[in-house]
Amino acid sequence: MPELKLMKGNEALAEAIIRAGADAYFGYPITPQSEIIEYLMTERPEKRTGMVVLQAESEVAAINMVYGAASTGKKVITSSSSPGISLKLEGISYLAGAELPAVIVNVVRGGPGLGTIQPSQADYFQAVKGGGHGDYKLYVLAPSSAQEMSDFVQDAFEIAFKYRNPVMILSDGLIGQMMEKVVLREQLPRLTDAEVIAQNDDWAVTGKTNRKRNIVTSLDLLAEKMEAHVRKLMKKYDRMEQEDLRYETFNCEDAEYLFVAYGSSARIAQKAVQLAREKGIKAGLLRPITLFPFPKQQLFELADQVKGVLSVELSAGQMVDDVRLSVEHKVPVEHFGRTGGVIHTPEEILEALEQKIINNGSIRHHKTRESSIL
Amino acid sequence: MEVLDIIKPENQVFCKTKLMTDNALSYCPGCGHGTAHNLAMEVVDELGIVEDTIGVAPVGCSVFAYEFMNIDMTQAAHGRAPAVATAIARTWPDKYVFTYQGDGDLAAIGTAETIHACNRGENIVIIFINNGIYGMTGGQMAPTTLPGMRTSTSPYGREIETMGSPLKITELVANLPGTFYVTRQSVHTHKHARKAKKAIKTAFENTRLKKGVSFVEIVSNCNSGWKMTPNDSNKWMEENMFPYFPLGDIKVNGQLK
Repeated sequence: MPELKLMKGNEALAEAIIRAGADAYFGYPITPQSEIIEYLMTERPEKRTGMVVLQAESEVAAINMVYGAASTGKKVITSSSSPGISLKLEGISYLAGAELPAVIVNVVRGGPGLGTIQPSQADYFQAVKGGGHGDYKLYVLAPSSAQEMSDFVQDAFEIAFKYRNPVMILSDGLIGQMMEKVVLREQLPRLTDAEVIAQNDDWAVTGKTNRKRNIVTSLDLLAEKMEAHVRKLMKKYDRMEQEDLRYETFNCEDAEYLFVAYGSSARIAQKAVQLAREKGIKAGLLRPITLFPFPKQQLFELADQVKGVLSVELSAGQMVDDVRLSVEHKVPVEHFGRTGGVIHTPEEILEALEQKIINNGSIRHHKTRESSIL
Repeated sequence: MEVLDIIKPENQVFCKTKLMTDNALSYCPGCGHGTAHNLAMEVVDELGIVEDTIGVAPVGCSVFAYEFMNIDMTQAAHGRAPAVATAIARTWPDKYVFTYQGDGDLAAIGTAETIHACNRGENIVIIFINNGIYGMTGGQMAPTTLPGMRTSTSPYGREIETMGSPLKITELVANLPGTFYVTRQSVHTHKHARKAKKAIKTAFENTRLKKGVSFVEIVSNCNSGWKMTPNDSNKWMEENMFPYFPLGDIKVNGQLK
């Protein structure tokens, strides 16, 4: 029977790592996500499932440990928060380049620099637009509850192995620290070494047998071959957009105004929809669950129905760029969000909708693509 | 006897190990990398452990080690091979995991990973090629560049006051509890190559016994980077590198010599 527990988002994620049948976790403490490694160390997963947990000497070492275990076809995950993710980016680029399956969790805090330890969504660009060097993308899942912190671990591993690509769970300090009820999934068995070899024999480095030897690398000094490799990656990302886009809508059927928000902001914006409707404003919410792939087509279509769109993020305005690109100037798109660790209230969001979209006297109006060019 | 007679299989008394590929080595003629590769692969072959051996290639001249070593290999980011090897050894405790790294990789950018993998006593082999220079990027100063030695980034010679002293990382890791076997060898003569091979064999045997880190430094030449002929570079190495990086065992069976 599924178990119901009251847990912090970070703890729910940590428990889900064990239950997803992960082989290893490598991490380094940083607020606001240290509960993940603390929980794992306390739970003794080496006894529960045989999973390896290791506190690395740095974020850099941790992501490269992920690279090592992933090179052999093992199910491996790491977690950190914003400054730590910046340190991991080189390794993440290598994972993408070498086409390795792995999961990276970012429980985002305010930045730039050492920033704050309070919640933020200011790592959107870093997660969605690459972040590290080169032509690559991560599949990015954005949980908005402790439940999703738990559920998305197994989902992330499935996507990581389906595409042999790193997957990021982009959470934030609010979702990580908040306690909610969580229905835990049942324990999946860890694969045996023989199963790992059998399932990944065409690429993973597990020791050369009679098969052709396997090499894991992201290096190709021949420009044409490197270009072909990048094209292959791009096809994979196209396939993600076709097959694995996730989003949900809330009160969009008759909406005249649309909020777009993910993660913790989606939870707050959902309340703002309710407040708006109490005032007679027909508001709806589009919540991207995956940030890449992004629900471009859904936004494009909703833009035919609504009078304006407000992108609500705990940042100075990052996802709003993708919202604008998707809406293609059919209706005004504006950003609202507190940043630096401050969390907006539903009332502030509604007020922003009224000021920036509904009564937008001073705001530029892009009715059509043509008028925006003029 | 004609050449064609000599290469007939029945006349063959010695051949390259099958664990070296037929790809032409990308190393400069005279460089020690080829010999070091060959020794490592001969050891894996002789121990009959190829099905359980996973190599980790570095960044540097030997980034292409996987082109030449005919085994399963993964290529690590610059300096991170000990972290990559840590995870492989932890998740595959019965495998033989080794890194093959140069001095810039192991003793500059990867110092933290080297020290901590050695300190934790990961059950891995580290083969460390020290030629006192960055070969692949064209001869820049390395952490092990000798005092006064000219490189493209120490064009007037390595100045200790401003550039620091060459890092004896091998002595440093020997002092950590996690290292079981630490030795310094060279491969520039047959005699030295035989000793180096014995050291590499000991290292892999230690992995079988789960003894922790076995660290084999190979002081080598870089005739291109040092701007010498191969023979001159070997002579220069004996006269200048060996006094600073003396050959021999530093730690055996967990005991400092």
